[in-house]
Amino acid sequence: MNNNKKPSLWNSIKVGLLTFLTLMIFAYGFQVTKVNLEELRSERRQESFVRIMRALARPEIFEYEQVEEVVNYPFYTPCPPDQSVLLAPDINTLEPYIIVTPACAEPGAIVQVEGFNFAPNTTGPVRFVPGNDPSNVVTLGRENAKTDINGDFTVSMEIPKRPSDDVQYIRVILRRNVGAPHFTQTAHDTWDKIIETVFLALLATVLGTILAIPLSFIAARNLMKTVKSPLTSIALSTLGWPLGMLIGFIAIRWVGNFSAAIGSNILVNLASILILPLLIQFGLRWAMPQVETTTPSQSMKFARIGIILLSALLGFYVFFQLASLAMRLGNTLQASLGSFGFLGFFLFQMGDIIAILTPSIGALAAGGTLSSILGRLGQQSSERLPIPAIKTLNLILTPAAIAMVFVLIGQVLEWLYEFDTPLYTLWGPMAIGAGLGLLLAVMTKPKESLPIGLLIYSVTRTILNALRSVEALVMAIVFVIAVGIGPFAGTLALGLHTIVSLAKLYSEQVESILAGPLEAIQATGANRLQTIIYAVVPQIVPPYISYTMYRWDINVRMSTIIGFVGGGGIGFLLQQNINLLNYRAASAQMLAIAIVVSLMDYISSVLREKVV
Amino acid sequence: MLQIKNLTKIYDGGVKALDNVSFDVPDGQFLAVIGLSGSGKSTLLRCINRLIEPTEGQILWNGEDITAASQEEMRRIRRKIGMVFQHFNLVHRSKVITNVLAGRLGYINPAWSLINRFPKEDIEKAIKQLERVGIAEKANQRADELSGGQQQRVGIARALMQDPQIMLADEPVASLDPVLAHSIMSHLEDINKNDGVTVLCSLHFLDLVHRYADKVVALNEGKLVFEGLPKDIDDEKFKEIYGRDAERVG
Repeated sequence: MNNNKKPSLWNSIKVGLLTFLTLMIFAYGFQVTKVNLEELRSERRQESFVRIMRALARPEIFEYEQVEEVVNYPFYTPCPPDQSVLLAPDINTLEPYIIVTPACAEPGAIVQVEGFNFAPNTTGPVRFVPGNDPSNVVTLGRENAKTDINGDFTVSMEIPKRPSDDVQYIRVILRRNVGAPHFTQTAHDTWDKIIETVFLALLATVLGTILAIPLSFIAARNLMKTVKSPLTSIALSTLGWPLGMLIGFIAIRWVGNFSAAIGSNILVNLASILILPLLIQFGLRWAMPQVETTTPSQSMKFARIGIILLSALLGFYVFFQLASLAMRLGNTLQASLGSFGFLGFFLFQMGDIIAILTPSIGALAAGGTLSSILGRLGQQSSERLPIPAIKTLNLILTPAAIAMVFVLIGQVLEWLYEFDTPLYTLWGPMAIGAGLGLLLAVMTKPKESLPIGLLIYSVTRTILNALRSVEALVMAIVFVIAVGIGPFAGTLALGLHTIVSLAKLYSEQVESILAGPLEAIQATGANRLQTIIYAVVPQIVPPYISYTMYRWDINVRMSTIIGFVGGGGIGFLLQQNINLLNYRAASAQMLAIAIVVSLMDYISSVLREKVV
Repeated sequence: MLQIKNLTKIYDGGVKALDNVSFDVPDGQFLAVIGLSGSGKSTLLRCINRLIEPTEGQILWNGEDITAASQEEMRRIRRKIGMVFQHFNLVHRSKVITNVLAGRLGYINPAWSLINRFPKEDIEKAIKQLERVGIAEKANQRADELSGGQQQRVGIARALMQDPQIMLADEPVASLDPVLAHSIMSHLEDINKNDGVTVLCSLHFLDLVHRYADKVVALNEGKLVFEGLPKDIDDEKFKEIYGRDAERVG
């Protein structure tokens, strides 16, 4: 082996070409990004730059009460024909006064401004006041005066080109701070908004985490790969979803009306909330014994299902009662608690949220339940029925299921694009779906298990990826339109983005868990749910916590700019001040963001260390 | 009586892990399964509780066809088949007692598992099983704080919680030193002799086979190459099972 081989000519050429290529890329980059140092060197730019940097370096947080000493000096430019109008100021006074030499001048001339008897060590602007009104607030010039220990100063200034026959003025305002410093209005506003920002991030993170956890299991390949069902079961459970949701929605609405009719006073509220849960618990304990060694009889099964259904309805009734109680109590508390009124507000809103969400939750629960019951029915029938019967069942159910899915998709398209032609959005999809279903039913062997899990996994992943690619800022715009400008829109936007991105991160953690414990728990006879709870969950707790923290961190940072589009939080203030060129106020807000972000970073690292 | 009939497993990649394997295991027998790594021992054991779906063939247990059982029937069958693993397969972050209680999951209503509740009797039973394998004092430690031998004992306690009639042991001592190996094997022997549990145990070391097994089946590239008593494995048989170049150790 010849290890110290001399570099060949070809190698040198390669290196040379590579270097040349790199240079080319960089050169083009300069062109594209418009690197221009000439601009940087120009005096105008430098001056503005220095001004802004100085403003940014002095965030508007503290201020003092100030006293001002204002002196207006009558000044003629150009010099008047009658020099007698030029008054010599009284120099034998203890009041502050200024002398301008020469006492009148041509526009554009440089004059000397001297001040006497001012407070020592104060600063303030020296300005030319155009027009013959000494109270005019429009001033010209940029000079600043600073008095020495005797209270005197000398400044030279250029007279602006504003010739006038009338008297104009040169004004000196010297300010000095008195008393203790106190917070500015900007500081107060910033404080309010940064608190809003932190809570916006907190709510969005909590909302996102809660919903991302179940999603992450569906989006995990290793869990879904093993989910396989025969066609009969898939078709039945697909049909079960919308049917169950419809039934559930109607039932819950009925319960809601019932609750509204009954629960119009607080005693009924309290009685329902205290007594019924006990009854429900009793019923559920009876219907779902902890250990079941023998298979129960058919009538027993029906009785149990009945009790569970009844308990569920009662449960939703309790929810409605709870909502009504919370809203009533909240209203009262908000009025009577004074500065703790926000607790009442919270209670009222919680009641409102429960009242709004209960029908949807009920519909979802009913859909899921009916779907899983029908699915199990399908599973059993495909295990027990003779093959021709299964085949017939599949030929009926599969087209129906797929046609239904297609029609639902068609209806969504109709809602979005308003085609207004039922051929495209109703009959067409129905026919295509039925055709595809028929094809599938014919092609599939009756007892074959189809990898439905992988299909669900792929669909979930696709939706998650599509939603994740929409920036939270864009989502905020949509939500601002839906719920109005303010932090609530920001919370929803960040929450949605949190759901999709956490679901992805979480599911990757689920995919990387050890398979051994999973196998061991399965071997004990645990079903899928139990396997997830006892083998998957313990393994994913640490990464889930650390990702949630990380996401909270991101959300705090995001919530600082979500206000740019009206999503609440400190971003609104920041953008406003930047647009008003009020850099000192903007600087205060940036400082607040920096402090909160670094605090968050510190807290999350401490928590991670403690928990994980 | 467990009957394996013409069992064949072909993995998705086309690898034939089991090739037409048939044998019977009477109740209460201690059966050792031997063979080289990759000969199909693990696949065979996992086919019995259908952690791996066999491609063809039947497994009959007291006349019931395990391979044809539905998901619900499988839950009932699996809870009577305990299993211990080479790498113990404990849930590391859970407490020892939780790992042991997991053995009862096949009996418990899944709705109650959602809120992590076990009946009182089960908790007492779990403590008893831990006492039986001699590590009751570790009950509240995290599983990954235990040594290898202790972890395998937790694995055995978990399997015992199932009140098993069959115990599958997939190279239970391959990750342990020889002293611990004997301790673990004697636990299995105890379960076999005193509780009357049928044990199917895959093993690497022939001295363990001679010491503990009633009967031996040997696999080579998925085929059953030997079925008989441990003492019948002579040098000729040995070379047949492990290949011409193999040397006996231990």
